[in-house]
Amino acid sequence: MTHGFRKQLLYFMVALVWLFALLWPLLDINPDGTLGFWRSFAAWMPIAVAGSIVFVLYQIRQAGWLGAPARMLETGRQALGARLSLIPAWVWFVLIAAVFFAIPQFTDRRVHDILIQVLVYVCLGLGLNIVIGLCGLLDLGFIAFYGVGAYTYALLSLHYGISFWLALPVAAFLAMIAGCIIGYPTLRMRGDYLAIVTLGFGEIVRIILNNWMSLTNGPNGVMAKPLTVPLPMFEGGFRIEEVALRSLGDLYYVAFFLAIITIIAVNRLNFSRIGRAWEAIREDETAAELMGVNTFAFKLMAYAMGAVFGGLAGAFFAARMGFVAPESFTFLESALVLSIVVLGGMGSIPGIILGAFAIIALPEVFREFQMYRMLAFGGAMTFMMLVRPAGLIPAKRMGKRGEEEE
Amino acid sequence: MDNAFTFFAQQMLNGLTLGGLYALIALGYTMVYGIIQLINFAHGEFFAAGGYMGVILLSYMAGAGYMDTHPWLCIGFSLVLSMLYCAMLAMAVEKVAYKPLRHSSRLSVLLSALGMSIFLQNALMLTQGVYDKAYPGGIFGAPFEIGGVIVNYMQLLILALTAGLLVALNFLVFKTRVGRAMRATAQDKVMSALVGINSNRVISLTFAIGAGLAAAAGIMVGFYYGSVRFEMGFVPGIKAFAAAVLGGIGNITGAMIGGFIIGMVEIMAAAYIPYGGEYKDVCAFIILIAVLYFRPTGIMGENVDDTRV
Repeated sequence: MTHGFRKQLLYFMVALVWLFALLWPLLDINPDGTLGFWRSFAAWMPIAVAGSIVFVLYQIRQAGWLGAPARMLETGRQALGARLSLIPAWVWFVLIAAVFFAIPQFTDRRVHDILIQVLVYVCLGLGLNIVIGLCGLLDLGFIAFYGVGAYTYALLSLHYGISFWLALPVAAFLAMIAGCIIGYPTLRMRGDYLAIVTLGFGEIVRIILNNWMSLTNGPNGVMAKPLTVPLPMFEGGFRIEEVALRSLGDLYYVAFFLAIITIIAVNRLNFSRIGRAWEAIREDETAAELMGVNTFAFKLMAYAMGAVFGGLAGAFFAARMGFVAPESFTFLESALVLSIVVLGGMGSIPGIILGAFAIIALPEVFREFQMYRMLAFGGAMTFMMLVRPAGLIPAKRMGKRGEEEE
Repeated sequence: MDNAFTFFAQQMLNGLTLGGLYALIALGYTMVYGIIQLINFAHGEFFAAGGYMGVILLSYMAGAGYMDTHPWLCIGFSLVLSMLYCAMLAMAVEKVAYKPLRHSSRLSVLLSALGMSIFLQNALMLTQGVYDKAYPGGIFGAPFEIGGVIVNYMQLLILALTAGLLVALNFLVFKTRVGRAMRATAQDKVMSALVGINSNRVISLTFAIGAGLAAAAGIMVGFYYGSVRFEMGFVPGIKAFAAAVLGGIGNITGAMIGGFIIGMVEIMAAAYIPYGGEYKDVCAFIILIAVLYFRPTGIMGENVDDTRV
């Protein structure tokens, strides 16, 4: 650790303490003049404890006390990695898929519910990953496509009685159209401007859903039909009947199916010609254009593809909840999906799956801290950018953009 | 005077009031963007924090009885204190979340700013409650009428205060030594450092001034609408950013004009376009998108050397 770095760290710590000291008065004085220290004390205590533990561990590591065990761990990890890399990737994929396939047989309703949510957010995260992770466009209105998909299924099933599986491609298609409509005027902008304009578009979609009473029933929301699957029936002659899936265990398999489709599709896209073009745009748009990549078309395609997965997830969400309302599609949801992508690692599929678990499942496990969820996400987002901008599992093919010179 | 004209004049006044508030918030965005090319997502939260600090101080003083004896003194005192508080808060946020990332990619800083925004907003929600907090009312007396236009004393105060702050800011930026340092840093950080300007201090100061102005806007919004809410920073924040872009980001005069235009358009759309009231929030976004599409440098032109658009 160089002297300069130590000094910077010290400054940072002082600034952090200062920030919290400043937040105290705002947090602990009620408008009637009474003090409420105990309330925020409960909020800050876990943060302070976790922070101190991390800091102490960091200091111990810096002091070199962990040298011997860390080296052993490292050599062991390398040996294991060498051994494991002989097994082809698809074996892992099948193994993990089998575990996930078997999970509902051994768990209860609550676990099903959490897992379904995680899988929906895996789809959303991977969809957003195409836009942010692969193409490098910061999209803060991604939840709009989720909303378009959800409303598409809800309205189609309500008014025309169309089944989930027919509505699914329609939802994906409409979300794609929405992606193109939003993408077309905005994609000429770069970086920050794109972020704020997509944020604006996300809000516009929500406001329209909220106010277009004749179509969306406004803030009251729309009831959606439950999800059905066609099953062959043999009693009294053969026929195919639509059976409604009511148990969460069955719905889990549908979510699982969608997530697998998304994972395979995003993986294939990533290593295709299109994926390479996206990554070229992410690393240096001007250079990519000079190399003959049609940047505008590929950016629009990234937007549309991301929207497709958002739409699929949205249609499933509507079928699973049986009800959609505009308040499910606020900016905070966009931020949630974004934090999944950022936490897991932009451009990294395993990272995003891990991120979805961390952000959706962990708060469910620690139910008491439910209220502090978004607070923790906000803090975690800043923290990740400070210490590990590439995410928990960084993508393999990521250029130097993470540590750009300026 | 006919009815239509009175109606128009009334809307004009309302638009000016709202526009003044947007202008105050937009200045923070534009100054920060001008100096470090960052969209400070947490800026709307400084606005909300200012509103809350105001309601805390005012309610405390009302509880102690000072509000009845010296109402103007109380308002002035809480205004100054909230502005100072938000200025310090912004400096702290800058040191924690932005300064370590000065040399990272723009995406990292932007995400860090977004994280800070979510963090501050939820900190406000958790500790100050989910519900609206009411501002003490009845200080400004009944509204009066000029030729059919109903004027609220609060509106006059907002306009006067906005004008005062804008003039003070203009003086600070264009006439003082500190302002010269700020403009120099915005133009060229390396060069200004070579001639002895402490750029870190200048950046801190920029954040502080922007947040102070936002806090003033927060208190005035509290008085104008009667209450504050933890998420109130979000939508005005975006609209103010639209105003900053409209005026040409990095351009202080532009941000003021842009703020007034956005406020005016919003009020006029609500008054004259059918269904405009429900969709008035969309106006600012549409203006933002149209400006970025047709004239990315804004109406006044950009002050920063920026190749991003």
